[in-house]
Amino acid sequence: MYVYVDNAATTAMSKTAVDAMLPYLQETFGNPSSLHTTGQIAKEALEKARKTVADCINADIKEIYFTSGGSEADNQAIISAAYYGAKRGKKHIISSKFEHHAVLHTLRKLEKQGFTVTLVDVNRDGVIDPADVEKAITPETALVTIMFANNEIGTLQPVAEIGKICKEHKVIFHTDAVQAAGHVKVDVKAINADMISVSGHKFHGPKGTGFLYARKGIVLTNIIEGGAQERGKRAGTENVPAIVGMAAALKDACDHLEENQAKLTAMRDKLITELSKIPHCVINGSIEKRLPGNVNICFEGIEGESLLLLLDAKGIEASSGSACASGSLEPSHVLLSIGLPKEVAHGSLRISLGESNTMEQMDYIIEELPKIVEKLRNISPVWEDLMKGKMEHVI
Amino acid sequence: MLYSEKVMDHFMNPRNVGKMDDADGIGEVGNAVCGDIMKMYIKVKDDIITDVKFNTFGCGSAIATSSMATELIKGKPISEALELSNKAVVEALDGLPTHKIHCSVLAEEAVKAAVKDYYDKNNIPYDPELFKESDCEHCEH
Repeated sequence: MYVYVDNAATTAMSKTAVDAMLPYLQETFGNPSSLHTTGQIAKEALEKARKTVADCINADIKEIYFTSGGSEADNQAIISAAYYGAKRGKKHIISSKFEHHAVLHTLRKLEKQGFTVTLVDVNRDGVIDPADVEKAITPETALVTIMFANNEIGTLQPVAEIGKICKEHKVIFHTDAVQAAGHVKVDVKAINADMISVSGHKFHGPKGTGFLYARKGIVLTNIIEGGAQERGKRAGTENVPAIVGMAAALKDACDHLEENQAKLTAMRDKLITELSKIPHCVINGSIEKRLPGNVNICFEGIEGESLLLLLDAKGIEASSGSACASGSLEPSHVLLSIGLPKEVAHGSLRISLGESNTMEQMDYIIEELPKIVEKLRNISPVWEDLMKGKMEHVI
Repeated sequence: MLYSEKVMDHFMNPRNVGKMDDADGIGEVGNAVCGDIMKMYIKVKDDIITDVKFNTFGCGSAIATSSMATELIKGKPISEALELSNKAVVEALDGLPTHKIHCSVLAEEAVKAAVKDYYDKNNIPYDPELFKESDCEHCEH
């Protein structure tokens, strides 16, 4: 059985998105900046896509800037708020320890430019306390950037509360909504967001697409210089077919949000209930405040990459926060941020569901995964030490 | 693909996997915090490694390099086992991705640690230079 459960990494494009894109690849291939008919048809498609996307997040068309994806939007949002703040003597930024690297590495770059960054802690459940954000705010704070939903453990953050706090303190609030958009309700006004970042391929749109929402009045700094596209804030000929595809995918996701959530939640909860029965494992992140399709679990005594390879051999495609799986030497900073010891974080597995997954596939995972965990534990000297009492169980 | 066919074969069907109750030497290298531990057991008769077993906690290449190392030393004189280099393990596996080379270093060290344990247990004199622990430069632990 082939089971793709790595939808937080990327999704297959929906037929809706592909069908929407096709005419713009060949027939209507124009450059939206061209004055002639073909160009203007492309321009209309682009603006229609902008309206679609804006409606999905309760924004105005003038507040949407198409980008190459979530990372670019994160970079632009953070750099814009930082430079705007710096001009007013505000060089302090608040974020969290378990943000995506698109945020953390941008912040690291800004630190080298003289900005101060406070990364608030994450609790054991993978949720940030808004009070910690409020406590960290100083008169010098230029920006608060806290993700909407975590990409590894799927926990939903109290963005509405954080947005309210930021508004009260007149601090710009950005949220990386890459994992949230299309999966849970994202309403920029309801959460008082000044900026949000979204990526198209996380909700069955094409890769290389995304957008930055920036509330009217937010001053943006260009990351890419050149022509006057995107109201002069993001140069480069717009990828019209991909943008049209992304808009169609987002509309599709938002139109079917509740039914998709119900379907994914049922599959997710079944996995969580059944996989929790494996001895010495732990589900990472709050069960209640969680994306509908995310299961993240650590197994003691085994390493995540070998787990992924054996799952792959059974047709099950998932991901892990282990150091080996990521190609780095440290296990996931997200798992460490919620207090997991490194040796446990190495044994993590992320299963991220999509709408095309089925209950039969969940049964297959529930049947195969415990066997694989057992197989790896049987050859693990760490597990041997745990069993003999030479090492103490952490989970 | 990330791994060669040979690496995948040794990962999926590891040779000489298991424990040994009456081992003459046991070597354990690595660290759970770093994400890989290898434990190697050897049986020695007349200076020949007559049997070898291993247990590994780690990624695909950690398991594959352990498996290949056991194949390369089984039935060989101790002197030959001590000459086993990580490079030989990598070559026998048709290569490893650059960031996985440290797994082969660990496999070489596991063999040496098992031999050292055998020497120590039997009061066999040896040149300590042979068993100089290499610094794990990949990781801070």
